[in-house]
Amino acid sequence: MNNRTYYNEILTEHNMNPLHKYALDKPVKIKRGVNPSCGDDITLQVNVEDGVITDGAFVGDGCAISQASADMMLDLIIGRKVEEALELKDIFIRMIHGEASDEEIEKLEEASSLQDISHMPSRVKCAVLGWHTLEEIFAGNDKEK
Amino acid sequence: MLNISEIRKDFPIFSAYPELAYLDNGATSQKPECVIKAVNDYYKNANANPFRGLYGLSDLATEKYEEARRKVAGFINAGSADEVIFTRNATESLNLVAFSLGEMCVNEGDEIIVSVAEHHSNMLPWRLMAERKGAIVRYLEPEESGEFSPAKLKGMLNDKTKIVSLTAMSNIYGFKNDIKALAAVVHEAGAYLIADGAQSVPHSVTDVRDTDVDFLAFSGHKMLGPMGIGVLYGKEEILRKMPPYMSGGEMIENVSLEEITYAGLPHKFEAGTVNAGGAIGLGAAIDYIDSIGMEAMIEREEMLTKLAMDQIAKIDHVHVIGDKNYKNHNGIITFKIDNVHPHDVASILADSNVAVRAGHHCAEPLHAFMGIPSTTRASFMFYNTEEEVLKFTEAMSQIRSLMGYR
Repeated sequence: MNNRTYYNEILTEHNMNPLHKYALDKPVKIKRGVNPSCGDDITLQVNVEDGVITDGAFVGDGCAISQASADMMLDLIIGRKVEEALELKDIFIRMIHGEASDEEIEKLEEASSLQDISHMPSRVKCAVLGWHTLEEIFAGNDKEK
Repeated sequence: MLNISEIRKDFPIFSAYPELAYLDNGATSQKPECVIKAVNDYYKNANANPFRGLYGLSDLATEKYEEARRKVAGFINAGSADEVIFTRNATESLNLVAFSLGEMCVNEGDEIIVSVAEHHSNMLPWRLMAERKGAIVRYLEPEESGEFSPAKLKGMLNDKTKIVSLTAMSNIYGFKNDIKALAAVVHEAGAYLIADGAQSVPHSVTDVRDTDVDFLAFSGHKMLGPMGIGVLYGKEEILRKMPPYMSGGEMIENVSLEEITYAGLPHKFEAGTVNAGGAIGLGAAIDYIDSIGMEAMIEREEMLTKLAMDQIAKIDHVHVIGDKNYKNHNGIITFKIDNVHPHDVASILADSNVAVRAGHHCAEPLHAFMGIPSTTRASFMFYNTEEEVLKFTEAMSQIRSLMGYR
């Protein structure tokens, strides 16, 4: 039942002082992700040039896990190729379901600190909201409200 | 004074989870051994299909099931056991009365009043029925304490009002409404009053004849009984006139290919094989409550609520929803903490082995009305202890700093 491990400094820092929580000026891609049952709500924005994510940001409300996870994700993917970002997204989602190897989890940098959420089924959807939205944004479902 | 450490031994789950402070009783209560045993005994020693068999065991099952009905009738002071209909839960009870009473008396352009504070299960059945009938649903707004003002309700009633359905005790505010005064106002206008008793029946004294409420819905599982058994109380003269809700086995007198004659009360509203084990478990729960005494339970819940509210008053940035007076909370403390999302609050409390609920508690319109997306709720039952309350408030006092606020 212990879950204090994920209410740690990494999480609270990303929640209270997110680096990427603002609106981009003229984003190339926009996608909103919502958890209707608990009200987590983020709108993800990214700029892409020549297959590389040149910039990204998000706006929204929700629990610390949903907001911090989105911020950690942007930290990780800005400057990477789209395919690389999507590969990291896959690893993250597998990690949250307890299915990623240690070697893979290491690639997630600070986002690996959310690993223990796999033991709290009721919070999984909070942690993956930003990552699922990232998947959607590159699945041709962007620019939706 | 109740000996709580002895009473807690009656509940096997407390020995299975000795560290857990279970403060989510508004969602469901824990079950004493006698209830678990009664259900078990029924299936071991008395099981056959009630009302069907022309043999001793079926008669025994029928007798035990009907005995449970009489216990429920006594517990709420109904005039007759025929006024007690067994359902799955309060939700089914409310769906039953919304459908059937709506069929009986609601026409296009008529009005139905519910409150903004209702649990979804006392709002959506009325809205769906109104949609089918072309009727209009109007919303009574609660006071800041959660109270429904009879005067305000009176101002909304007119000759088009057919039905008013209100919670007797809100699952968010914990305020116990004056159903007797509300019923008087509703009856003066010639309408019916339905009370949602899901919270009030387990946490206050219920007397349907004194309050003169027309219908009362409640669940067994929030009052120490098993899940899957609930009750709809209705006045006999109204139930008689109402059409069936579900149809099928044991709810008829005669069926031919041309004609149906329905069974009398309460069987007209209990189509299909009944939940005899559940009803018997609820009967055992009522015996247990009677053995402790509702007044003693209420007194204890008031004491726990007062302790919690006194402690919370000392913690900055925590705001309790509803009345300032602990006496108007009936064991329910719904709160928000500045800048911390209720799901984070509940997770951090879970880490301290405190079980509470977070979200909109099936009352989304009420949260919109209050201008808060969601809240956290602790809900006490007489078997909770002062230590559990202090564990909760102590953990609560750490939450903001744990989230990085200095």
